[in-house]
Amino acid sequence: MSSYKTLYLSEKDSVAVALSDIPENTEVVIQTGEEDLKVTLLEQIRFGHKFAVKEIDQGDDIIKYGEVIGAAVSYIPAGAHVHVHNLEGKRGRGDKVAK
Amino acid sequence: MLNEKLQFWGYRRPDGRVGVRNHVLILPTITCATQTAQRVTELVSGTVSFIHQHGCAQVGTDYDQTARTYAGMGMNPNVYGVIVLGLGCETHQAHRIGDEIAKCGKPVETVSIQQHGGTLQTIAEVAKIAVKMVQDASMVQRELCDFSELIVGTECGGSDACSGLSANPAVGKASDMIVHQGGTAILAETTELIGAEHLLANRAANDQVAKKAYAVIKMMENRSIQMGVDIRTGNPSPGNIEGGLSSLEEKSLGASTKSGTTRLEEVIDYAQIPTKKGLVWMDTPGHDIEQLTGMVAGGAQVVLFTSGRGTPTGSPIAPVIKISTNTPMFERMNENMDLDAGTIVNGLETVNDVGKRIMNEIMQVCNGKLTKAEILKQHDFGIWRIGPTF
Repeated sequence: MSSYKTLYLSEKDSVAVALSDIPENTEVVIQTGEEDLKVTLLEQIRFGHKFAVKEIDQGDDIIKYGEVIGAAVSYIPAGAHVHVHNLEGKRGRGDKVAK
Repeated sequence: MLNEKLQFWGYRRPDGRVGVRNHVLILPTITCATQTAQRVTELVSGTVSFIHQHGCAQVGTDYDQTARTYAGMGMNPNVYGVIVLGLGCETHQAHRIGDEIAKCGKPVETVSIQQHGGTLQTIAEVAKIAVKMVQDASMVQRELCDFSELIVGTECGGSDACSGLSANPAVGKASDMIVHQGGTAILAETTELIGAEHLLANRAANDQVAKKAYAVIKMMENRSIQMGVDIRTGNPSPGNIEGGLSSLEEKSLGASTKSGTTRLEEVIDYAQIPTKKGLVWMDTPGHDIEQLTGMVAGGAQVVLFTSGRGTPTGSPIAPVIKISTNTPMFERMNENMDLDAGTIVNGLETVNDVGKRIMNEIMQVCNGKLTKAEILKQHDFGIWRIGPTF
């Protein structure tokens, strides 16, 4: 168990934010309001970056602040870094409009 | 602080509005006149100006928006008087902008480089007028004014993942306190509200305001769709992504917390003066300087600016209070930042504590305390152009 601080903003959220650099394989405890959730980080998570607190299937919405921040490009296991490599925004996507 | 009625020492202008600064503005309406205007600011203490690349070969709504921005800068109550400087042959004629500004009753003079026989003659002419105007300005005494006379712009630039957790919610608290005092808080950067528009529309004063909120978002989003690009290629920016923000929606949800919790009274155009007190949304892009310019041209006397990555941004006429989202950046770029909200992330202060500190800083700055950007002469200006140059 570690004392690294993380921030989990809403009980609907599928991600939490690291409040310092946290090394790979660290087990962090997420306080969800009900029961604490234990997540082992699969890779290093840098300050301000996000990791999945639960499995997210490819195409599923990713939730932070209790709101949709994008969709999963691929399957994301719990503890994985969630960022531009596996999350894509759904808004302002002129590149997705058939020409 | 919430319940006591706040007052500050401001400069009352002929139109009744109140300034917190007392500048003489040398306002070049055309890019060709900006260098001459700069020379005058080097000669005459108490004058300010700005560099830009606009004012000619502009048409239609793009012409109108640029003209409204120039006039708004001149009419801002932080400006005592204005010398409008033109070249002579440009589309944005100096005398037309000057006439518009003069309607608010403040001293306005208009000078044209072509009429005055060249750069050096013009510098001398403008400087002579400026000397008198600056001395007249120095005779104006500050008087006690109600906080309700303030329009406070809010902005975030160079955001990181802390922005939505610390500085932006703290500005939201300050925004609530500003509205509670009867003042006006401007929320802007429409691009960075894409994905959070439903939260704001739910707070709209009426259906019309809610409809306009959705409409300005749709127009902004459609611009990227018409260009056939992923908006993420421009926003969030590389620095935002490095800081941990993954999508525009994520950035927007953090940005929207600057609006606090009060009712959304109206949605106004770029560089338009709010017609209502309380929380108003100005339709601007996310570009820091274009947004800042729009809010100041809309009459904001003070701007709150949060940053995670750090930025030197300031305005030639309005104090910009810069608030860091994290303590390491506050320490690294201390000469640019005024307040630290990183204490929220560190668990040392609550969002409410920092909101109160921001209100206290607004009061001090209104009474004359200089912001870092003012001390460093960071005179940024940029107009949101909505049409091509011809």
